[in-house]
Amino acid sequence: MPTQIPQPRKRLLRLKLNGRWHEGAVAENQLLSDYLRESARLTGVKVGCDGGECGACTILLDGEAIPSCITLAVRCEGRNVETIEGLAQHGRPNRLQRAFHEKLGTQCGFCTPGMIMAAEGLLRRNPHPTDAEIRTALSGNLCRCTGYVKIIESVKAAAEAAL
Amino acid sequence: MTGDQKNDAKRRAVPLIDGIEKVTGRARYTADLEHADALVGRIFRSPVSHGEILRLDVSKARALEGVIAVVTGEDCPHTYGVLPVAMNEYPLARERVRYRGEPVAAVAATDEEIAAHALELIEFEVQELPACYVSADARSPGAMPLHANKPDNLEREVHHEFGDVRAGFAAADLVREATIHCAEVNHAQIEPHACLADYDSATGRLTVQSVSQVGYYLHLMLARCLEMDASRIRVAKPFIGGGFGARVEVLNFEIITALLARAAAGKVLMRLTREENFLTHRARPQTDIRLKLGMRRDGHITACECEVVQRGGAYAGYGIVTILYAGALLQGIYDIPAIKYDGYRVYTNLPPCGAMRGHGSVDSRHAFECLLDRMARELKLDPFAVRRANLLRAPTRTLNDLMVNSCGLEQCLNKVERASRWRERIGKLPPGKGLGMACSHYVSGAAKPVHWTGEPHAVVNVKLDFDGGVTALTGAADIGQGSSTMVAIAVAETLGVSLERVRVVAGDTAITPKDNGAYSSRITFMVGNAAIDAARKLKSILAEAAAGKLEARVEDIECTGEVFHVGSEGQSNLPFREVVKAALVDRGAITVSGTFTCPPEAQGGKHRGGAVGSTMGFSYAAQVVEVSVDEATGMVAVDKVWAALDCGHAINPLAVEGQIQGSVWMGMGQALSEETHYVSGLPVHASLLEYRVPTIAESPPIEVGIVESHDPYGPFGAKEASEGALAGFPPAVINAIANAIGIDLNELPATPDRIIQAVVERRRERRLVAARRAAS
Repeated sequence: MPTQIPQPRKRLLRLKLNGRWHEGAVAENQLLSDYLRESARLTGVKVGCDGGECGACTILLDGEAIPSCITLAVRCEGRNVETIEGLAQHGRPNRLQRAFHEKLGTQCGFCTPGMIMAAEGLLRRNPHPTDAEIRTALSGNLCRCTGYVKIIESVKAAAEAAL
Repeated sequence: MTGDQKNDAKRRAVPLIDGIEKVTGRARYTADLEHADALVGRIFRSPVSHGEILRLDVSKARALEGVIAVVTGEDCPHTYGVLPVAMNEYPLARERVRYRGEPVAAVAATDEEIAAHALELIEFEVQELPACYVSADARSPGAMPLHANKPDNLEREVHHEFGDVRAGFAAADLVREATIHCAEVNHAQIEPHACLADYDSATGRLTVQSVSQVGYYLHLMLARCLEMDASRIRVAKPFIGGGFGARVEVLNFEIITALLARAAAGKVLMRLTREENFLTHRARPQTDIRLKLGMRRDGHITACECEVVQRGGAYAGYGIVTILYAGALLQGIYDIPAIKYDGYRVYTNLPPCGAMRGHGSVDSRHAFECLLDRMARELKLDPFAVRRANLLRAPTRTLNDLMVNSCGLEQCLNKVERASRWRERIGKLPPGKGLGMACSHYVSGAAKPVHWTGEPHAVVNVKLDFDGGVTALTGAADIGQGSSTMVAIAVAETLGVSLERVRVVAGDTAITPKDNGAYSSRITFMVGNAAIDAARKLKSILAEAAAGKLEARVEDIECTGEVFHVGSEGQSNLPFREVVKAALVDRGAITVSGTFTCPPEAQGGKHRGGAVGSTMGFSYAAQVVEVSVDEATGMVAVDKVWAALDCGHAINPLAVEGQIQGSVWMGMGQALSEETHYVSGLPVHASLLEYRVPTIAESPPIEVGIVESHDPYGPFGAKEASEGALAGFPPAVINAIANAIGIDLNELPATPDRIIQAVVERRRERRLVAARRAAS
């Protein structure tokens, strides 16, 4: 006899995603990272660990950088979610994206979307951060390639650049 | 353009050619590939460290609605492995399991929940056997052998002796020994392992997209394990989120995913959890080193004796190479007249170890550079002076007959000594502050390939067609180190065209020529040379066409800035696209093939141990580390690092800097915080919280100096830049701690508990000495 696996309850979710309203049914236990990656196909949101360890999934929720892999999608009802895919304007990478590219703040690139989103959250609330403030803001984001030196240079260069 | 301008163009710091995709989130890694129609793969793993499989029943899992395929060891009777001489591992265990977490069965289901539930329905009975988790236990008499053909649990013993070691020690003014223990570490690349396999049962073709650093190895092992004609397989590389050696060997989950796809006659996506990444392991083994050095009063090393024991884990993997390298790479950096090496690679019931950045060399180098410093101190010599007293002079050959064609170690020493203001500051820092230094080196690819086929060591194809686009096709895997950018620069510079004109297609066995892959820092040297060779061939075809149009001799034709002209003055000239048009007449699209092969004289001597570690070019590095040590808490803060590396020639200075910083920093992780920890075979470190990769908060500024020794055989004179600097950090920081608080640590990592213990022991010893003195 085939075993029945209990199905999670679903709920209607409406959220603003990279500037556009989206609406759809999501399971109550669905993680925001899974919703973004699998339903919205925003695969710039990376998952690098088993929950809240590495920061690769960092997105902005109402402007604040949070790890989407330990956030339930249903928590975002009516809220504003921004991912790496939403940063470029008219196909032009924003200042952080340009700086990470030009200064080699990215090597393998896997931590990069989360790193840039964490830095974006920082620059929005603190346009001219010190080195120490950059270190604090990005301390939840692991990078295994750069030794972080060029990441700090990238964030500083972006802060100095025009929007 | 003058010669100098041409040189400047070459010196341009070039952002990665695939960097925009990475910063915009467009880059697709394996788990990001379209997989809406794919099944979910999951692995059932051994719950015990060692045991005979009594019963494995997957019938209930198979019967679960939504389960499309289940595979077990029955489905693959073939071993796999990276070394043709040491394949002793099945993708799914057969008869026996040898470590906790070893794959036993796997399911492909329509969704995650069903796959997870199916694993719970697998019935597994095992007769537990005694397990060994420590090298000494596994080697002790009466220990249960893991493999029948190795009753003493020694995968490989190495005994090499070069020069007269006894005479060397007799000639020494000071002979000292050290016993050093280095913990096991893991690559912890941020992208978790993943594999997408698609089997088309109508055509019998298999397409695998995976995180592999060496698509060619994966292709070979898939053919072997699935008993398929290799021509029906395609291995393609998406973006890869770091490797550091983790993905050089074919990994069990890659073959398992393919087995599932074939069994399901469809597409399967396997994504490993971070815990499973740690179980898959293949990283740097826990290592015990006993090192003895002889030194004359002036700092000259007279002899070296080194014993290395590596806890290799349950299967062979890369083990033979690791234990050979640990000895061979004692050479190639200093002029040492006599070296004796004894290496032991031990089987234990733990996840198998493998290659990790600085493969084989790191822990031996650590012990060497620590003992060198201690002896220098005893002889009242400056650490820099001791290194300078033993420099190799290139070109030369080492005792074990390794070629050394260029060596910029002296310039590296000068650079970091100056930059750190060593002479002004050493010995004058406030209490708790210290400076330490060390040197290191690494190969630019192994001159002797693992798979002996007689083929060139690298092949690059370059295609030019009607659109004027130049496409370089290479099997070399860009895993974030920037190898595709390097290929683009090599082709553009050689042809005299803009970088934007060159496209690189990398890592698809259906399209790109076979490449031995991203390991042992071979790509810049070997693939770079092959790319230049291909571009030269294309250039000569274009020059011929241009000569026809310009009515000049071929040998007088030059191309700079996408303009062909006669001689350096270039009075009559032709734009690139005109020349392309002329070259395609009668011939059509042009594809040229460039190759590179390390000549036999680079592949080491014929004598025992002669070929190990052979390479066309060693990179050299020196670094100074400044620390603050808090004796009360045992905390070590790295305040600053100055690192210099001789990479021959920096093809892309920006990328070279990034590689040096990254490798120095990875050395810092191993030195200060990273270690694996098993409890009865259970990895309790298996998350990125427990396994302590340094965060940005505790990572220091790393100032980089690039030294260019212009290797005679390297592409534009270049050598490797990605691994050489790693091994210098651990000894430099341990030497800095000794400088700060007078304690010589014999264990890595230098965690607060180890520092405190050493401080307490010293206090106890001092008290004992005082008490004895008082009593007498």
